[in-house]
Amino acid sequence: MSAIAERGYAKPDVLVDTQWVADHLNDPNVRLIESNEDQLLYPSGHIPGAVQVDWARDLNDQVRRDYVDQKNFEALMARIGVTRDTTVVFYGDKNNWWATYAFWVFQLFGHTNAKVMDGGRLKWEKEGREMTRDVPSYTPTKYEAPARDDKTIRAFKEEVLKHSAAGKPLVDVRSPEEFRGERTHMPDYPQEGVLRGGHIPGAKSVPWARAANPEDGTFKTAAELKEIYEEEQGLKASDDVISYCRIGERSSHTWFALTYLLGYPTVRNYDGSWTEYGNSVGVPVEK
Amino acid sequence: MSEVNAPAPLRRLVEDFEFVDRAERMELLVEYADKFEEVPERIAHRPFPRENHVVRCESDAYVWVEDREDGTQKYYFAVENPQGVSARAWAAVMDETLSGQPLEEVAKTDPEVIFRLFGKELSMGKGQGLMGMLDHVTSAARRKLHAAHEG
Repeated sequence: MSAIAERGYAKPDVLVDTQWVADHLNDPNVRLIESNEDQLLYPSGHIPGAVQVDWARDLNDQVRRDYVDQKNFEALMARIGVTRDTTVVFYGDKNNWWATYAFWVFQLFGHTNAKVMDGGRLKWEKEGREMTRDVPSYTPTKYEAPARDDKTIRAFKEEVLKHSAAGKPLVDVRSPEEFRGERTHMPDYPQEGVLRGGHIPGAKSVPWARAANPEDGTFKTAAELKEIYEEEQGLKASDDVISYCRIGERSSHTWFALTYLLGYPTVRNYDGSWTEYGNSVGVPVEK
Repeated sequence: MSEVNAPAPLRRLVEDFEFVDRAERMELLVEYADKFEEVPERIAHRPFPRENHVVRCESDAYVWVEDREDGTQKYYFAVENPQGVSARAWAAVMDETLSGQPLEEVAKTDPEVIFRLFGKELSMGKGQGLMGMLDHVTSAARRKLHAAHEG
């Protein structure tokens, strides 16, 4: 894969490569954050000095279906020893799927001093770089976050309905089977199920992982991303775009690619996604 | 919490997990992953046959079954994805708690045990894969029981 600076991204500074991370392992102004789907990965070994941000425990409200509030986000940042000036660098499993999800939640609180390690855990491991089971502990900070911004990069169901009715672009990043309504939930686990299969009218199907190179989890070049989202699906940088999946995590990967790699100014992630939409009474569904 | 259908060693493990917090749960599961032993050469070698592959598992897991003289079965596993820590942990748990157990009980093992061990927030993809591994084991137990009844 070519160097990040040569891939034609709109905001290349948001990505760092594994060597950059290796060079900043002892940089007090950098905090490495591992976020995974598989909660056993971090305790089984991680990049030295990295802390874990667990999407279920740290990013979600523990009672309501929502993200942590300002107070709990401040507590999280204090616990991992981050100030407003610290550069946070996310990485994780599954082509950085959960890393971009954590990145997105951090942006709800305006922590713009944030980057993603291209290729994530997989690339770091494949390169045979150092891993440890030592869990670091940092001096707690006093972190003051602004109130959570639910307008700029987050979309709610009522907004999605208006958006769809107005014919504005939506990107459905789930699998083609989910898009076509052939699969609604996993067998034996109906709690995560939805009552209707299909997609939001007008949505284009672009499975999220198409933005990444399967062999090492790095992001595709801007030209390759444009071929997928613009030439194939007809999106334009001037579009107002909403991405969604089942609960808003896979779609944060696409939100990241459109916002930072292609530089689209108006992209929102609908975190209610299909588990909300497909259970809603009377909403239009397309198959 | 209500009891789940599973052979006694697995039921006991599920009960033990009820008293640990999330961090301890993860540590215990990593210990299981560390104990994981891949299928021995005498049972299978690469390239592994597709019939032993777990279809829904992103960790690229395989399951083998060996009939024992005492009428029970021994279960073997391979996990090809190096990031498949949960799959390795679950394989080690299944070997420890299902191998050698009465087939009637193995066959009826409730997939709910996976969520009791790994936590209810287990993601859809991960849950599917782990349940797929269990399916191979319970199906093998059912087939053997069925064959015994037929015979």
